[in-house]
Amino acid sequence: MNKFERFESTVVVLAIDNIDTDQIIPARFLKTVSKEGLGERLFCDWRYDARGNPVPDFALNRPRARDARVLLAGDNFGCGSSREHAVWALIQFGFRAVISTSFADIFRQNALKNFLLPIQVAPDVHERLASALRLDPDARVIVDLEQSTLQLPDGAKVGFPIDGFARQCLLEGIDELGYVLSRESAIAAYEAKLFR
Amino acid sequence: MTPRTIVDKIWDAHVVCREPGAPALLYIDLHLIHEVTSPQAFDGLRRRKLKVRRPDLTCATVDHSIPTTEPVMPIADPVAARQVAQLESNCAEFGIPCYGPGNARQGIVHVIGPELGMTQPGMTVVCGDSHTATHGAFGALAFGIGTTEVEMVLATQCLLQRRPGTFRVHVEGRLQRGVTAKDLILALIAKIGAAGGTGFVFEYCGPAVRGLSMEERMTVCNMSIEAGARAGLVAPDDVTFEYLHGKPFSPKGREWEEALARWKKLATDEGARYDNSVALDAGDLEPMITFGTNPAMAIPIGAPVPDPAGIADPQARASLVQALGYMGLVPGKPVAGLPVDVAFIGSCTNGRIGDLRQAARILEGRKVHPGVRLLVVPGSHAVREQAQAEGLHRIFIDAGAEWRRPGCSLCIAMNGDRLQPGQYCVSTSNRNFEGRQGQGGRTLLASPLTAAAAAVAGRVVDPRTML
Repeated sequence: MNKFERFESTVVVLAIDNIDTDQIIPARFLKTVSKEGLGERLFCDWRYDARGNPVPDFALNRPRARDARVLLAGDNFGCGSSREHAVWALIQFGFRAVISTSFADIFRQNALKNFLLPIQVAPDVHERLASALRLDPDARVIVDLEQSTLQLPDGAKVGFPIDGFARQCLLEGIDELGYVLSRESAIAAYEAKLFR
Repeated sequence: MTPRTIVDKIWDAHVVCREPGAPALLYIDLHLIHEVTSPQAFDGLRRRKLKVRRPDLTCATVDHSIPTTEPVMPIADPVAARQVAQLESNCAEFGIPCYGPGNARQGIVHVIGPELGMTQPGMTVVCGDSHTATHGAFGALAFGIGTTEVEMVLATQCLLQRRPGTFRVHVEGRLQRGVTAKDLILALIAKIGAAGGTGFVFEYCGPAVRGLSMEERMTVCNMSIEAGARAGLVAPDDVTFEYLHGKPFSPKGREWEEALARWKKLATDEGARYDNSVALDAGDLEPMITFGTNPAMAIPIGAPVPDPAGIADPQARASLVQALGYMGLVPGKPVAGLPVDVAFIGSCTNGRIGDLRQAARILEGRKVHPGVRLLVVPGSHAVREQAQAEGLHRIFIDAGAEWRRPGCSLCIAMNGDRLQPGQYCVSTSNRNFEGRQGQGGRTLLASPLTAAAAAVAGRVVDPRTML
């Protein structure tokens, strides 16, 4: 069973506002009928040049990105299309959390359902983390969902908001579909009333 | 009783159960599916040995990956061919009606739902597609979902949802000549920003909204997501009822009368509270065009492109610099006059018969500029047939446009229709993200009037000069 556990990680910085799901995973890769092979296409058009060679100074291509499990992104991350492929690609690359000042609604839902934690922080916290990473790109953060805290490189812990039900599902590995299927009698009663 | 908004009324009527601390279990009246976001959901059902709970409330079509050139079938791209075939076999296996390639009801999912009368006031409608908000034009609560949620709805006909905030968008006045519903929604998105509606459902109201046709209301609701709102809706009125009357899936006879009585009670009660609000005057609006890489980066067609130097926040400034760099546009100069390579008329935003009639107004008796390629892609077979019955296709073909088969086409560039790197395209679609219409392609979002005018002039031009 998948459970979300506390972890420590370096951070990949992509502090651009309004990163849309077309950038995270371009539409031409959505013709697949599986979830596989999307990690190597993550941020494809920013990550590779026209010949398919890695763009050396793009954040995901730097050696330290290989082991990073946290992405620091700009405001309104994941806007645009509802494609869950964006979340699958982030997960397959190795990310377990994305930090931003805000997330698009559908992206947030998709992320939570795949154990990718959207961590929403205030602009000053975002800037504090970004500047710490400018000074030391190998600085680490600790993500603790149990406490709902993010520990910054300077040791300070900041809380982040998370829906209580989503948090419980992540921590306990609750399968949402199983949860809803077990409400069968309530659904049947609703339908009986609706279609009588 | 406390006055309620239309969103409250639809929400309350669809709550199956609510447990302390958990989101509400919300019943879904209509589930639309397409080839791109459903295959992994069907795999999930098979893995768990589950059935589709309500195939009768589910409907499929193909739109994203389908070619719009003839012959549509067989699809040359083996990956797309497999995806389309898989949708058809999944639907056959689970008993879901599927309007596949060649079916008279095939088309873009957000065009066919309304035109067949499947989308009705007071419904909850979902689809694995962010432009599901389109169906809100009928006074339905309609929103996009991810593939895990598609699987959830297939299996249970329900979703776990938190109640959204309500956001009143009041539009006074009336649109001036040459200014369209597309310009209205672009102006709203520019005003409140790409995340201005996050967490909310828009209710569009006011005299300007009442004055819109159903198709125009669909254009407005369609782009709610571009301001971050997962859904946007318009309370149903006589315009709605007249549109729905006699459609294939509309209630008939006594059921129609009963439905009408129900639908008339949906409008927001006098004095109901909203969580947020904004007001616009339609009379102040001009034709809009985007200059950047998200739909909020939109300006009146004659206005200068904003200067990053005027933006204080460094991250926002960097985003604008990146957008202008990608678009190859210069701050301080208007977009008008920019030479264009392609014009695209179509998509779930502007691929309906009214949109094609608008484009034809400009194109009749004129020629597409020799340097421009114009694609006219109807949103559905029904739209294509109607356009041909009215002779619109003749106007397009005589002008030098490509008259296509229905599909998403150049809006998302999955089916072979795409821009070449660096090309400029005035497009009636909904997203100007980097690479949206093809790697390196540069999109300028606008109305069908503006797209048609650019196709004729060979550059971005105010369409009012051609009316």
